Amino acid sequence: MAKKKDDLNLDGRQREHVSPSQAEMVWRAFLRHRVGNVGSVIVGILVLSAAFAGFFAPYNYATQYNMYPFSAPTTFHFRSNDGFSLRPFVYKTTREFDPKTYAAYYVPDTSKKYYIRFFVHGSEYRLLGLFKTDIHFFGARAKDGSEAMVFLFGSDAFGRDLFTRTLIGGRISLSVGPLVILIVFPIAILLGGLSGYYGGGVDMFMQRLFEVFMAIPGLPILLVIGAAISSMSLSPTFIFLGIIAGLSFISWAGIARVIRGQVLAVRQMDYVAAAKAAGASDLRIILRHITPSLTSYLVVAATLTIPGMMLTEATLSYLGFGIHEPMTSWGQLLNAANNVVGIQLHPWLLIPGIFIVVGVLAFNFMGDALRDAFDPFSNI
Amino acid sequence: MISYAIRRTLYMLPLLLIISLFSFALLQLMPGNYVSRMKMNPQFDQKTIQAMEEYYGLDKPFMTQYWFWIRGIVLRGNFGISFATGLPVFYTLFMGDRLLWTLIISLTTMLFTWLSAIPIGIYSATHQYKLSDHTFTFFGFLGLSIPNFFFALVLLWILVAGFDVGKYGLGVGGLFDNRFIGTPWTLAKVGNLLWHIWPAWLVIGTSGMAGLMRYMRGNLLDTLALPYVRTARSKGLTEHVVVYKHAVRNAINPLVSMLGMSLPGLVSGSLVAAIILNLPTVERAFWTALLDQDQYVIMGGILFFTLFLLIGNLLADFLLAAVDPRIRYD
Repeated sequence: MAKKKDDLNLDGRQREHVSPSQAEMVWRAFLRHRVGNVGSVIVGILVLSAAFAGFFAPYNYATQYNMYPFSAPTTFHFRSNDGFSLRPFVYKTTREFDPKTYAAYYVPDTSKKYYIRFFVHGSEYRLLGLFKTDIHFFGARAKDGSEAMVFLFGSDAFGRDLFTRTLIGGRISLSVGPLVILIVFPIAILLGGLSGYYGGGVDMFMQRLFEVFMAIPGLPILLVIGAAISSMSLSPTFIFLGIIAGLSFISWAGIARVIRGQVLAVRQMDYVAAAKAAGASDLRIILRHITPSLTSYLVVAATLTIPGMMLTEATLSYLGFGIHEPMTSWGQLLNAANNVVGIQLHPWLLIPGIFIVVGVLAFNFMGDALRDAFDPFSNI
Repeated sequence: MISYAIRRTLYMLPLLLIISLFSFALLQLMPGNYVSRMKMNPQFDQKTIQAMEEYYGLDKPFMTQYWFWIRGIVLRGNFGISFATGLPVFYTLFMGDRLLWTLIISLTTMLFTWLSAIPIGIYSATHQYKLSDHTFTFFGFLGLSIPNFFFALVLLWILVAGFDVGKYGLGVGGLFDNRFIGTPWTLAKVGNLLWHIWPAWLVIGTSGMAGLMRYMRGNLLDTLALPYVRTARSKGLTEHVVVYKHAVRNAINPLVSMLGMSLPGLVSGSLVAAIILNLPTVERAFWTALLDQDQYVIMGGILFFTLFLLIGNLLADFLLAAVDPRIRYD
C-alpha cells in the first residue's frame, strides 16, 4: 500500500511521524464522503454555468423570437435519407395552425440540415461582465452559414430560449443564499455572541428578541414583504435586494440562538477560564478563543442555510411575490407553469424546477459531508 | 405546570402585538391599498367610503390607524372588515368551514407524516446500509430538496397527463368533485374527499416526513448502540422485543421535540398547497386577500398564523413534558 511506502524514507529508515493538521484531517474526511463530493461537484458545475451563462447559452435571455412561442425542445437528428452523420443536426421549424382547432404546432423543414457547431458567433454579451465577445459554446449552422434555432429546453410564451433563461436564472437562485448569509451571519454572531458571552440582563433581552423573530410566520410575512416591495415600482435590483433583506430578516434569529448556545457552552470551558486568569481581554477571548471553536459550526450552518433560502426564494418568485421580470430566477421561470392545462401542453416549462431540486440536493449533500468532516467524533 | 401554562399564554400577547405592529407597518408601505382603488371605482358610494375611512382612521397617520385597529379588537372583538367583500375579517377568513378544513388538513397531514416517517425510520435503522436503507435515504433527501410548489405541480401533471384521472370522473384540486358539493355526507363523498386530500398530505408533509425519518433513523441507531440494548440482547430476548420494546421506546421520545420545530413548515406548506391545490382553507382566504391588497384580512391572517405557531409550540412543549419525565416546568 502507498501508506507503507510513504512511511519509509529512501534509506529505508522509518520516517518521523507527522500528525496531520486539522484542516488536512477535515479535508480527508470530506473526500471520504462520496455523495458529498458528488454534491460539491454539482454545485461547482451549477455555479460555473451561471457565471459563464453568456457563453454556454446560445442566445440572449431577453430576446423574443416571435416566430417560436412555446416551441418544444429541439430534436437532434443523426440520420437522414443521405445517411448517418456523427455530428448531430437540427431542422428549421415553422409554426402552423390546425385549421379546425386553431391549435399551433411546429413543422420541420427537412430540406436543409443545420449542424451543431461549437464556438460559433452569435449575439454579443460580456463574459463575466468584463470582456465583450460574441462566441457561444454551441449553435446550429448550415453549410452556407445560415442559422437555425436550437431550443435545448424549449421556449416560453414569448419565444425566449428556456435553456438560456435557466442558466441566467441560476445567477439569482444561486446567489440568494450566499448573500443572505453575508447579512445574517455577522448579525447572528454579534448578537448571539453578546448574549451568550455576557449572560444576565443582556442575555435575557436578546433571548426575548430572538423569540419575537422566531415566532414570525415566515412565508406569510415574506409574501407581505414581497407584496409591499413589488407594489412600490422599484427597479429590479432593489426588488432583489428587498427579497434578500426579507429572507435575512426572518432567518437570523434561529442562527443567533444556536450561536448563543454554543458561546455559552464554550465560555464555561476551562481554557477560557485560563485565558481569563491570564488576563486576556473580553475582545481577545471572543476573537481568539471562542470564535475559532465556532468556525466549523458556521461553515456547516452556512452550507445548510443556502438550500433553505433557495427554496424560499423559489416559492416566493413562483407565487409572483419575489423576483420579477425582467430579472429571472428558477422559481420565477416556473411562474409560467402555473396551471395544469399549460403544463400538459408545454411540459418543458417544468425543467427549471429540476434545477432547483438538483441544486438544493447538491447543497444538502455538501453540507452533510462538511458536517461529518468537521465532527471529530464521526468516523465514516 | 398550570402557572407555566398561564405565563406562556400571557407571554403570547406581547409577541402578537409586536408582530402585528410590524406587519401593519409593512402593509402601510403598499401605495395602492384597496380603499384608494375603491375611490376610483364609481360603483362604490363615496359617502360609504368616507364613513369607513373615518371609522378605521384610514386618513390618519400610521400609529393612529394601528391604535384604532387594536382598540377595535380589544374592545369589540372587531378585526376590521374585508374591503373586497364588505364582510368582517373574522368571517372572511373563517367562513364556510375554512378554519375547520385548515385544522383537519393540518392534523391529518401531521398524522400522515408521523405514521409514515417513524416506521420507515425504524426500518432504515434496522437495515442500516442495505439497499433499502440507501433508497429511503435518497428519497428522504429528495423530499427535503423538492420545493412544495414544484412537487404539487408535478403531482398534478402526473395525475392529469400521466394517469388521465379525468377519465374516471375524478378531478384534481379542491376538496370535492363538483357533483359532491352541497350533498349530504355519504360513503362515496368521504371517498371523494380522501381522493382529493392525499395530494395535500404529500405536498405539505413530504419535507417534514423526510426530516423526521432521518432523525428517527439516527436516534434509533444511537440507542441500539447503548449498553442496555446489549444487555437486553445478552438476556436472550428476541430481536423484535429488543428493537420495539427496548430501543424504539427510548428513541421516539426526542422526536416529540421535533413537533414544535415542524410547525413553521406545516404553515408554509399548507399555504402553498392551498394556493396550488385550491383548498378552501384559511390560507386560501389569506392568499386571496394578499392578491386584493385587502389590508385587514391580511392582518387577520398574519395574526392567525402567528397564533397557530405559538399555540402549536405550547402544545408541543406540554407533550414533551408528558412523555419525558425528566422535564419539569416551574
